[in-house]
Amino acid sequence: MKPAPFEYVRATSVDDAMARYIEAEDARYLAGGQSLLAALNFRLDAPELLIDISQIGALRGIGRQGNAVIIGAMTRHAEVAADPLVTAHLPLLAQAVAHVAHPAIRHRGTIGGSIALADPASEMPACALALSAVLHVNGPDGLRTISADDFFRGIYETALMPGEILTQIEFPLPATEARHGFAELARRKGDYAMTGLALMTGPSPRIVWFALSDRPVRARTAEAALAAGETRANIAALATDGINVLGDLNASDAVKRHYARILLSRVLQEAGLP
Amino acid sequence: MKISLTLNGEVVTADVEPRQSLVDFLRASGLTGTHSGCEHGVCGACSVRVGGHVVRGCLMLAVQTDGQTVETIEGLTQSAAIADLQAAFHRRNALQCGFCTAGMLLTAHELLALDPLPSRDDIRDYLSGNYCRCTGYQAIIDAIADVAAERSGR
Amino acid sequence: MTQGDPQVGRSIPRPNARRLLQGKGRFVADKTLPRMLHVAFVRSPYAHARILDVDLSAARAMPGVVAAYDGADIAAHVTPFVGILTHMTAMQSPPQPALACGVTHWQGEAVAMIVAQSRALAEDAAAVVVVDYEPLPAVCDMEAALDPASPLIHPDLGTNLCWERRIDSGDVDGAFAGAAHLVERRFVFGRHTGVTLEPRVCLFDYDGSEDRLTLHYSGQVPHMMQAVLAKHLGLPESHVRVIAEDVGGSFGIKIHTYGDEIATAVAAMLLRRPVQFAADRYESFLSDIHARDHRVSARAAIDANGKLLAVEIDDITGIGPYSVYPRSSAIEGNQVLNLTGAPYLIPAYRGRLRVVFQTKVPTCQYRGVGHPIAMAVMEGLMDDLAAASGRDPADLRAINLIPDDAYPVKSPQGILFADLSHQASLARLLDLMDYQALRAEQAAFRARGIHRGIGLASMVEITNPSPMFYGVGGAPVAAQDGATARLDASGAIHISNSVTEQGQGTETILAQIAADALGVDPSRITVTTGDTATVPYGGGTWASRGAGIGGEAMLRASLALKEQITGIAGAILQCDPTQLDLADGTVVDAAGQTRISLQALAQMVYYRGNELPPGLPTELIATRHFRVEGMPFVFSNGAMASYVEIDPDTGMIKLLGHWVVEDVGTILNPQLVDEQIRGGVVQGLGGALFEECHYDAEGQLLNATLADYLVPMAGEMPDITIAHIVTPTRTSVLGAKGAGEAGTTGAPGAVLNAVNDALRPFGAQISQMPMTPERILRAMGTIE
Repeated sequence: MKPAPFEYVRATSVDDAMARYIEAEDARYLAGGQSLLAALNFRLDAPELLIDISQIGALRGIGRQGNAVIIGAMTRHAEVAADPLVTAHLPLLAQAVAHVAHPAIRHRGTIGGSIALADPASEMPACALALSAVLHVNGPDGLRTISADDFFRGIYETALMPGEILTQIEFPLPATEARHGFAELARRKGDYAMTGLALMTGPSPRIVWFALSDRPVRARTAEAALAAGETRANIAALATDGINVLGDLNASDAVKRHYARILLSRVLQEAGLP
Repeated sequence: MKISLTLNGEVVTADVEPRQSLVDFLRASGLTGTHSGCEHGVCGACSVRVGGHVVRGCLMLAVQTDGQTVETIEGLTQSAAIADLQAAFHRRNALQCGFCTAGMLLTAHELLALDPLPSRDDIRDYLSGNYCRCTGYQAIIDAIADVAAERSGR
Repeated sequence: MTQGDPQVGRSIPRPNARRLLQGKGRFVADKTLPRMLHVAFVRSPYAHARILDVDLSAARAMPGVVAAYDGADIAAHVTPFVGILTHMTAMQSPPQPALACGVTHWQGEAVAMIVAQSRALAEDAAAVVVVDYEPLPAVCDMEAALDPASPLIHPDLGTNLCWERRIDSGDVDGAFAGAAHLVERRFVFGRHTGVTLEPRVCLFDYDGSEDRLTLHYSGQVPHMMQAVLAKHLGLPESHVRVIAEDVGGSFGIKIHTYGDEIATAVAAMLLRRPVQFAADRYESFLSDIHARDHRVSARAAIDANGKLLAVEIDDITGIGPYSVYPRSSAIEGNQVLNLTGAPYLIPAYRGRLRVVFQTKVPTCQYRGVGHPIAMAVMEGLMDDLAAASGRDPADLRAINLIPDDAYPVKSPQGILFADLSHQASLARLLDLMDYQALRAEQAAFRARGIHRGIGLASMVEITNPSPMFYGVGGAPVAAQDGATARLDASGAIHISNSVTEQGQGTETILAQIAADALGVDPSRITVTTGDTATVPYGGGTWASRGAGIGGEAMLRASLALKEQITGIAGAILQCDPTQLDLADGTVVDAAGQTRISLQALAQMVYYRGNELPPGLPTELIATRHFRVEGMPFVFSNGAMASYVEIDPDTGMIKLLGHWVVEDVGTILNPQLVDEQIRGGVVQGLGGALFEECHYDAEGQLLNATLADYLVPMAGEMPDITIAHIVTPTRTSVLGAKGAGEAGTTGAPGAVLNAVNDALRPFGAQISQMPMTPERILRAMGTIE
C-alpha cells in the first residue's frame, strides 16, 4: 500500500504555494495529511506534486479580531483544543474537536484541512456551519470570503476553485445568551459518527447535522421551530425534515433519521429546553 | 530529496523519495521497532514522536521531517525516558505478540505527561486509537495506571 | 522432587518480552537479506470472472521490475493443493492453484505477481498490468448457492456443496413431542477475519547451489509448512528450512497455505534471490482467511422438571470457493455439529451441517473454530428455555450441566469428555460475580428505566488434540510435539520445542517446566522454538496445544535429562542415583546437601571425561515426544458472565463487566493463562458486537479497511475478572489443558444472553451477530 510516485515541495508562503500549483499539471495541497496521505497510500488519488502548506506561518495560530475568533487554517486540531480563546468563546468547537479521531491524528490534522476536505461525517465542517463561520480563501484570482452556508457542496465537494487555499476560518463570537450543544453516536471512540449534531441556540439558532447526508446540513425546519419556541418534541420530530439522509454500513438511512430525532431531543434538553 | 533531521538525538541526513512514509523511512534506516500495521492511519502500530508529539508514522512523509525532531521506541529506550512504563508492561504482561507495543508505550508516555493521574476510563480513551489484538487491553491499562500511581507517589 | 519453590504455578514475567518492549523484536518484515526483492500482486477485482488474458509486458518494462508472472507461469513450478480431509467422507474441493488460472473465484484472489526492487516499485508495475476479465455470476448467498438453479462455482463438481454431515442420536422426535417446553430459534453469525496486527509476511531465500529453500516465517506451524512447501515445490523435505521468530499475532490466520506465499517461494527459486512478500492491510482483508459465517436453526426441549430432553440444529456455512489446504474448511462447521450442547446432559440430538462454496474469501480455522457458534446457540436456547419455564437461567443450567463426578461422559454426538468441572465452575462464577446481588442491582436499575442485562454461558474448549483431528485425514500435521533438554559445560540448560511462540508465553512456561524438573532457576535456561533445523519435529501452535502437548514433552525431556545427570552424578559420587536430586543448579543428596554443581558435573563430562568410569553413559541431552492417547481431544471447560447496559433509544451497548471461571487443568503460569483468557474474551466480544465482513450481492467486500472493519478497541472493552477451577487432565503427567481459545469460545454466548436479558422488558430478542445498534433497534421494532 505505497502511494504512486509524486514530487514534494514545502511552500514558504501562500503565494509560493499558489504559484507552484499553477505551474504544476496536477498538484494537491498537503495540509495535515491525515486523510490525503491515507488516500494516496490506497492509490485512490495520484497527483504529480504535493505542495505542503502546513508549515506556512501565516496559516497558523488563533487570535481575536473584533467580534470574531480567527483560526489559521493550518492550526492543528490539538492546538484548537488547547486554546483558551476557543475554550472561552467557542465552546462548541472545543467540545467537538475532542471527537476528531484520536490524539495522534489531532496532532497532525488541521482544522482547515478538515473543512476543505469536507468529509460529510467530520466534526469541523459541521461546527463551521453551526457557528456561521466565514471562510477566508486565497487563490489565483485573489482573496475572497465564503460563508460556511455556501461552502459545502457535496461529498468532498466545496466551493473552493482549483488552486484556492483556505487560509483562515473566522468564527463570529456567538451571542452571549447563545448556548451550544454537541453530540455524536459512533460505534467506537474516535470513529466517524453514525450521526452527529452541532447546535447553537440564540435568536438565529443553528442545528447542523454531520454523518447524515452528503455534506454538513442545517435542519432548517427544526431551526425555525426552535426559533419559534416550539417544544422539544415538536422540534425533534422535524430533525431531518427536508434533508436527504444517506445510510452507510453502520447505520441505514432509517436509523440515521431515528438517531437525529434522539440526538436533537437530548441535546436540546441538555441546552435547557423544556 | 535531501533531508536532515534529529533522529533519536542524532542529526541524520538522508536522501529519500518524496513518497516514502516516515515509518518506511525509519524502518529502512534500521529502526525496525516502529511497525507498519495498516498504512492508513488507524492502528497506531507506527506511532512515533515528531516535535514532541505522537503521530502516525504512516500518515507523514519522511520529507516532512526535514528540520524536525523525531523520536522512536529505540530512542526513548536509550534515554530511559519510558523505563518505568516498560518495566510495568513487562510485570503486567501488557503485551503478547509485541507488534503494537511501541505505539502503546509512546501513547501512554504522552498521556502521563498531559495527565499524571488519569482514571482507567481516561487511559482507555487516550489509547483508543491504538489497536491490540492480543491482550484485550486490560493489562495495558493496569500497567499505565501502575506507573501513574508510582510517579505520583501513590 | 526438587527443592525450593516450584516455578510451575508462578506468574513469571516473560523474558522474551523485554526485547519487544524495547523495539528489538525480530519480525519477518524487520529482516533484510542481501539482494532481497519485494512482491506485489495483481488481485482480482471481481468475485468470479474468467481470465481471458494477462498482459504483463508494460509491467515488465517498469523501473525496478525483475520479474512478472501470471498464474500459468507459477503453476508450471508448483503443484495445486486440495483442501480435503479423507476422514470427512465425501467432502470435495477442487485443486487450487497458487495464483488464479483461467478463472478467478473471489475478489482479491491473486492473478499476477510482480517482483521488484522495492514494494513501491512492485506496486507501480502491478498498476499497469492489464487483465482482461469476463465477469461470471457471483455466488454469494450460501443458501441460494444450494438452489439447483444457482450458477456453479466449480462446474466439474456438479454442485456448490462441499460437504454435508448428519448426526441422529436418540429419539429426538419423541422427545420434542412429549416436551413440557420447546423453544426454537434461528441464529446468524457474521463473517469475521483475524486482523493480526502484523499482516501476513514471508521471506523466501533459495540457495541454488545446494537446492535449499529457507522460509523466514510469520506463522504457527513450521513443520507443516516445511512439508507443504517440499511437496508442492518438488523439494526434499530436508532441503526446506522454516524459521519462525517473532510473530505479530496469528490466531489461526497463520496456519494455512496461502497461494500468494507459495508463489513467492516459486519466485525466489526461479530468481535465486531472497524474495519478501509483506501483505498490506487491504490485501489482508481480501486474502487472509475469513471465518464464521454460519446460519443455525436450532430447537431444544425440557421436561416439566427442567431437564433437557433433546437438541436439534441445522447449520449452514459458506466457506468461499475452496476448502483451504491442508486443514480443510469443514472443521468449523463440524465443531458446531459436534459441540452444540457439550456442557449438558442431553439424551437425544439431531444435527445437520452443510458446508457450501461461494465466491468470497475462503474461510478456515480461526481462534475458537466453531466453538463460539456452538456455545452461543446452546446458551441462547438455554435462556429461552429458562424464560419459557419461568426458571432462573443459572438454575436451569445447574440442573442440566454434566455432573462433575460423572466423567467420563460421551455426548450424543459421540464426543468423549473427561476431567471437567461444569458444576463447580458455574457455582464459582455465580459467587465471583455475586449473581444475586447483581440481579438485585439490575432490578433496581430497571425500575429507574435503566436497562441492564446479565448473560451466562457454560462452555467447553477442544484442546490438546490427538491425531484424530488432522493426521487421520491425511494432512501433514503432526499431533505430536517434541522437546529437547540439554546441559552445557557452563551449567546452562538449553531447551527447544516444536511448539512456537506467538506472544502467548510458550517459551516462558517451557522454561518453568524445565526449571522445576532440573532444579535450576528459569533465568539459567535458554529456549529455542520455531526453527525446523534445530527443534524437534512437531505440530506447532494451534488448537490450544502448546502448554498441554509441548509442555508435557518438555517435562518428559527434562526428566530424562535429570536421570542422565543423576546417573553420572551417582557414578562420580559413588552413590545410588535414585537417592540424588537436583536443586539450585546442583546435585543434592536425600538430605538436601549439595554434592556437585551442574557446572562441575558438566565440565567433568565434557572436558575431563577421562576422570569418569569407563563405559558410563555420558549423554547430557534428551529428547522426548508426546501425543495424547486414549482421548481424541482433551477438553477444558468454563463458565462466563457478561453484564451490559443498553440504551434503548440508540441500541448502543455498554459492556459493564465480564467474569470468567475457567478450568484449564494444571495452571503453569497464572498471569499468562489469565491474559490468554482476557485477550480471547475481547476477540469474542469483537465478533459478537463489532466485527463483520460486509459483502454486496456482487461479492465485493465493502469494508476492506481497518477504519471500516471494526475491531475491539480499548475504549469499549470491559475489565474482565477471572477465577479458576483446577481439574488436571489425566492424559498427561503435567495435567495442563489448553487455554488459548476459551475466551473467544464463551464470550459471544454470554454477551448475547446479556443483551437479550436487557431487551426482555421490550419483548425483543436478537439472534444475529454482530449485535450492532441498528440490529438492536430493528429487533426492538424501533426501526422497521
